[in-house]
Amino acid sequence: MAEKNLESKFETHLKDVTFKVLRYSGEGDSTKFEEYKVPVIGGMTVLEGLIYIKENLDNTLSWRASCRMGICGSCGMFINNFPMLACQTQIMDLNSDVIEIKPMPNYPIIKDLVPDLTKLIEKHKSIKPYILRNDNAPEEIEGEFYQGVEELERYEQFTFCIKCGICLAACPTVATAEEFTGPQALAQAYRYSVDTRDQGFDERKEVVDNPLGVFRCHFAGSCSEACPKGVDPALAIQLLKKAIVKDSLFGKKLVHDTKILPIKQENPKKKDNIPPAPPKSVE
Amino acid sequence: MVKNLLGIKGWIAAGRFSLQRYAYTLQRITGLGIITYLLMHLYVTGFKIKGKAAWNGIMETVHHPILHFFEFLLFVGVIFHALNGFRLILAEFGIGIGKPGRQVYPYTTSVDRQKGFFFFLMFLVLIIVLVGAADFYLLPK
Ligand code: HEM
Ligand code: SF4
Ligand code: FES
Repeated sequence: MAEKNLESKFETHLKDVTFKVLRYSGEGDSTKFEEYKVPVIGGMTVLEGLIYIKENLDNTLSWRASCRMGICGSCGMFINNFPMLACQTQIMDLNSDVIEIKPMPNYPIIKDLVPDLTKLIEKHKSIKPYILRNDNAPEEIEGEFYQGVEELERYEQFTFCIKCGICLAACPTVATAEEFTGPQALAQAYRYSVDTRDQGFDERKEVVDNPLGVFRCHFAGSCSEACPKGVDPALAIQLLKKAIVKDSLFGKKLVHDTKILPIKQENPKKKDNIPPAPPKSVE
Repeated sequence: MVKNLLGIKGWIAAGRFSLQRYAYTLQRITGLGIITYLLMHLYVTGFKIKGKAAWNGIMETVHHPILHFFEFLLFVGVIFHALNGFRLILAEFGIGIGKPGRQVYPYTTSVDRQKGFFFFLMFLVLIIVLVGAADFYLLPK
């Protein structure tokens, strides 16, 4: 019965691809590859292939995913020898009849393709990823911080980080120094420190200016090659090194003295050339 | 739980990354190679203070074709290390890796922006090594 249904479901069936998935039961330390034949339709992603396997072939297979649109950062996997988001990788783009999927390296495996990202999150937290002020706590400041477009562009691309952890899976330094702060957190340390609203450079410098911090990076650049969001952590890290060297050698701190604009309380005057809204078309 | 840390394998064969990643590994290997040579060099030149006979003796030992080849390898290593090190120094001062900006797909990264310079330097390494090889092996001494 299933056969017929499947055929109609996959009428744009392009080819069959073998998914070679690394399995781990969650206990002991033995892992093994298991193969599944997946019928591929146009536009199908690796994540959809995994969903096909779970629905039709083997419901014990585990992986992590949520948004299936490259936003939640759950589905980082090692696909055909490169760390990628499964939901953002189309099977046909891989140009291969066999797709080998392993959990992201440099993280402990919880089960099958599910890595333990605890360390990533701890490292991220350690650099204080929020606006720090040495005057008032941000919530006490009445008004808006002034920030120009150029000032925004100094850090904007680093805010695109979705904490998928792919960069740490790519990093050769993390591969041998598990405690290295890593590209994700270091890029965020820079992202907050150059933000003109922030005054926490000194506090973050304390966290990252040590042998396991920013200077452990030797610019292999793999994090930036692999990052699915164009964050370019390697760029942020080099700029952070530069900022710290400037501070340590020449006493030139990365400090910001942003103007705080008072919030206009009264309603802004309405321009008279704005036409009235059209009448409601539905109740 | 399986640890799944790549370890040294992450320096040598970690996937489909570009050559800049492997320059990281080579920089380390050549750096360690140069230090090893430095120690050997100090040991060998130390024979000078033991008198002429000792010096001549050790000179004879080191004039071995295999050691001569190692010397050539050292030369290749030093050239690579110096030029690649130059690139890293520039990059770590933020030179030639671009500025942060609004990212539009397909994204470009600091690694891409440096690629041209990297290949230029590797080409220079090749030229210098070829000239050196001629000097080591072809030109009459
Ligand atoms: C023109 C001369 C040289 C230049 C421009 C140079 C440049 C560099 C740079 C920039 C690094 C750091 C790379 C990084 O960020 O990972 C480095 C690493 C290193 N260098 Fe040199 N270097 C030179 C000569 C030497 C010499 C003579 C030695 C040995 C006595 C040496 C041994 C090392 C070692 C052991 C490392 C560490 C490699 C690592 O941890 O990955 N270098 N070199
Ligand atoms: S920097 Fe890129 S690769 Fe690293 S966690 Fe953020 S989005 Fe993922
Ligand atoms: S499922 Fe959310 S990023 Fe892939």
